[in-house]
Amino acid sequence: MTVILYLLAVSLVFGAGGLAIFLWSLRSGQYDDMEGAANRILFDEDR
Amino acid sequence: MAQPLAATLDDFPPTQAIADAICAHCGQPAPAGRTFCCTGCAAAHDMIQGLGLGRYYEQRVLDAAERAPKPEPAERWDLARHVVDKPDGTHELTLAIDGLQCGACVWLIESVLAKQPGITAGRVNMTTRRLRLAWRGAAGDAERLVGRIEALGYRLVPFDMRALSAAQDQAGRALLRALAVAGFAAGNVMFISIGIWAGQTMSDPIGPAMLALLHWISAAITMPAIAYAGRPFFASAWAALKQRRTNMDVPISIGVILVTVMSLVETIQHGEHTYFDSAVTLLFFLLIGRYLDHMARGRARATAEQLLTLRASDVAVLLADGTIQRRAQEQVAEGDRILVATGERIGVDGVVDQGQSLLDTSLVTGESLPANASAGTKVFAGTLNLGAALTVRATATGETTLLAECVRLIEAAEARRSRFVVIADRVARRYAPAVHLCALTTFLGWYFWMDAPLGYSLLTAAAVLIITCPCALALAVPAVQVIATGRLFRAGILLKSPTALERLAQVDTVVFDKTGTLTEPLLALSNDVDPAALREAAGLAATSRHPLARSLVAAAGIVAPADNVVEHQGLGLSLSGPNGETRLGSRSFCGIEAGSADGPELWLARPGAAPVRFSFDERLRADALDVVARLRGMGLRLRLISGDRPEPVARIAAALGIEDWRAGCTPVEKVGLIEAWARDGAKILMVGDGLNDSPALAAAHVSASPASAADVSQTVADLVFQGAKLAPVWIALRTAVKSRRVMTENLALSIGYNVVMVPLAVAGLVTPWLAAAAMSSSSLLVMGNSLRLRKGARAPGTKT
Repeated sequence: MTVILYLLAVSLVFGAGGLAIFLWSLRSGQYDDMEGAANRILFDEDR
Repeated sequence: MAQPLAATLDDFPPTQAIADAICAHCGQPAPAGRTFCCTGCAAAHDMIQGLGLGRYYEQRVLDAAERAPKPEPAERWDLARHVVDKPDGTHELTLAIDGLQCGACVWLIESVLAKQPGITAGRVNMTTRRLRLAWRGAAGDAERLVGRIEALGYRLVPFDMRALSAAQDQAGRALLRALAVAGFAAGNVMFISIGIWAGQTMSDPIGPAMLALLHWISAAITMPAIAYAGRPFFASAWAALKQRRTNMDVPISIGVILVTVMSLVETIQHGEHTYFDSAVTLLFFLLIGRYLDHMARGRARATAEQLLTLRASDVAVLLADGTIQRRAQEQVAEGDRILVATGERIGVDGVVDQGQSLLDTSLVTGESLPANASAGTKVFAGTLNLGAALTVRATATGETTLLAECVRLIEAAEARRSRFVVIADRVARRYAPAVHLCALTTFLGWYFWMDAPLGYSLLTAAAVLIITCPCALALAVPAVQVIATGRLFRAGILLKSPTALERLAQVDTVVFDKTGTLTEPLLALSNDVDPAALREAAGLAATSRHPLARSLVAAAGIVAPADNVVEHQGLGLSLSGPNGETRLGSRSFCGIEAGSADGPELWLARPGAAPVRFSFDERLRADALDVVARLRGMGLRLRLISGDRPEPVARIAAALGIEDWRAGCTPVEKVGLIEAWARDGAKILMVGDGLNDSPALAAAHVSASPASAADVSQTVADLVFQGAKLAPVWIALRTAVKSRRVMTENLALSIGYNVVMVPLAVAGLVTPWLAAAAMSSSSLLVMGNSLRLRKGARAPGTKT
């Protein structure tokens, strides 16, 4: 049953990774303009 | 962007005929045979094509509810005051932007800015409708950059980055971080818990050592997560307790902390059940509710800020050496000489020093016809200068001015108005003591009466707290509010107060102002005239800003303005032709001796033809009749109070079938009427636009103003609606009633769930997995029910 310890550790590392990515995206202002992002994707190709 | 609903709220005068042509840049009507409506639009089009951005025209979707992208003579702003110098040598400026239509506008603005030399950042935030500029070089380049965007047809107003909005944003981010941490912990702990539950029910159960290990891991994840993510609730509960009050956060905090501590004790004692997963999932759901609530409030506040910024204006102060300096209104001192250009709003109260002009005081007094002004005339902030430039000497904004009096009345009315308690707080006030009593009784019952061990008794009480924790209750109201606010926003209705929706739902009486609210700013032509004469008169009138001239142009449809028209201040317009002079103006200006005017009128005198008379009448908003009928259909009582003379008020009231009307009301009388009706138990929605309505707006249960209203009225009003139609009043009321129904359903759902689950919890039958399942499902049910409000959002107002 020691395998469960590895699995727990792995799942926590993945989860923590996801959390870190989210906090980074929040800090870099990616949630400041949700409406703009939805529209911008239709136009940004030459920059 | 372009919702069908928004398209019904278009900004065109309804009597205007279908235009001969559509301007290729701004999409507004253009004179027949021309590609553009004005030179500004032609220049903007050239600039866009010249930069190779012509794709803009193919991809854009014009939103009729927004201001058309028509370049207008730009206001002069003192930009330097708002430019922030950064340590790395760049400069930054934030501006509120008006006229954003769709994503293509964002692309166009950013592309144009990217082609400017020295620019390091030019980014539009579509949610908050702000433009952030950063550039290298001289701080004065701001003028050039802003000028480029204004030439495209957008209106830009420098933004005062107030500390308030920054703090608001910080709180939102902190909530989102807490939400992320709680979500991470909830997911992982639930994952482990499912393993535990599965292990406990199988025929070959997991061993005690493994169980203890899994409990310890759960504790290690849960406790830091709760310490971090629970802070918004703990802080608020602590603040309430310090003031010897209770709020929704008190039972939440006690519940979460108690459950976590009990679970930790169980873990140390190698017990069978822990509730770590429930505690942290609970927090996760509660944070969702809190974040939704924050968004609704944040949007209301951002809306108010945006409106105030777009309406703010600088004042041109004439210095002693003859130069002009632009200053903010509050920086103008008593005795300063102010220059008011044609078409500009007077920014301060004062006395006319030099010049002669016509003033449109409709926003201040409700009077629909302009008044003459000359040296010595008292003028009020908010008055529009229709004629020639004026010099105004600023007087103290102290005791005697109309604005000061209205502000005083507003303050008094707001102080008298009873504080509204939102439905969630009303429920929480009764709910919290009941929950704590229930948990305490459970503990005492098990410990003393059933002789259960202390640990078991406490754990059962904890289960009661988990089940009763107002998880669904905390979601019930904010989820509805966010959806309803967004829906109204798309219909051009801006909710400024977070409690306005709940107050709207209680309304049983609607009180309208007349001028500018039920009627349009422009007048309608009331007599039949020869179309050729009308077209000719409109050609002259197109050069003037006088309300009668503009009404005449609107009545004529699209005409090309005549060249070389001379405006005679306070008299009329003249045009010299080969056969003699054509005149458009007052009776005496056109040489008519007989009779006198019985209402607003214009005369056209042409060489070799009989003079033609144009008489005008107030015009109802296009859908006023329909909206009034719909409101009556909702069982609402309608009243009309106006500061105008009795005759026009009576006519409008009769046209709409409103029996209960008052004319000639001063601001004080309006407040008195509203408060008298409120004392009789009426819940009043006041709809008004003038400065003279503002105290009445503040006194009413809830209030609405059109976007064309005076600054003070918009500041006071709970909701502001855009466009030339009255339908938003009805849409807002209907949405509010629907929202209240869904809120009530949500509250019933979450309380009903408690009624079923609490007896089970008290009896000690709620195991951790049952608690988790019940809690999650009730929250999801409430969310799902709230989403029903989104359905049918596109339907209302189609007939209008």
